Amino acid sequence: MSTAVIRYIDKPHPVTGVTNAKLGTWCFLASEVMLFGALFSAYVLLRTGVSEWPHGSQFLNVPLATLNTLILITSSVTMVMSWASLMLKQFGKYRLYLAITILLALAFLVVKGFEYGHKFEHHHFPSTNTFYAIYFTLTGLHGLHVIGGVVVNAYFLFFGKRMWETHPEQFAGRIECAGLYWHFVDLVWIFLFPVLYLL
Amino acid sequence: MSLRAFHILFIVISVFLAAGFGVWAVRHYQATRDALIFVLGAASLVGSVLLAVYLVWFISKTRKMGPS
Repeated sequence: MSTAVIRYIDKPHPVTGVTNAKLGTWCFLASEVMLFGALFSAYVLLRTGVSEWPHGSQFLNVPLATLNTLILITSSVTMVMSWASLMLKQFGKYRLYLAITILLALAFLVVKGFEYGHKFEHHHFPSTNTFYAIYFTLTGLHGLHVIGGVVVNAYFLFFGKRMWETHPEQFAGRIECAGLYWHFVDLVWIFLFPVLYLL
Repeated sequence: MSLRAFHILFIVISVFLAAGFGVWAVRHYQATRDALIFVLGAASLVGSVLLAVYLVWFISKTRKMGPS
């Protein structure tokens, strides 16, 4: 019986054109696209299947969602700055930008918590109607992905120094993959915001 | 696709979102006279310009930071 080992490589693989880690990350993100794509499709089918559908701006808090959009766009900037700092061998700046990214993600969750709390106070639950069902499903799943990003980024923030000292190229590759995931999470929100709140 | 390329794509989409939200907010204000939404929309239009400026800056600063 033979065993296949996928080794870590710093340089792009001659066949795929990218590193193995990046290829794995994109495969994972492709599965995420299918997950969110299925839910977006469900939203479209539910919405087009009825004669009347509520406008999100009448029932949801657009100012809070706008604030959250600003927070996530800013966090994508700090995430890429964190990776760029590593490429420039500036570990201190990397940690600063990554810490800001985590704080912004937590701020997003706090704002989302206020929004959910307001809805629950007014007895608006996923079981209330189809609109709230798809709203809570999409934003809830997105929120779980934000929490996942916080966990991964916090791990790299607090436990990344040793790997940076021993394998700097590998560590920079990991941060780039974490950055790809974080940008995907932000991109999902960029689509959720207009679809749920504005249309 | 590298993080640099994905970031550029993300910012381009964000520019369109910010501009689109600005237009939506102005139209919403005309219908509802909601001043807060109008202010947010105006800020969003300014934000779309700032994002475009940031995009040009980012591309020029990271040009030598790997293939896109």
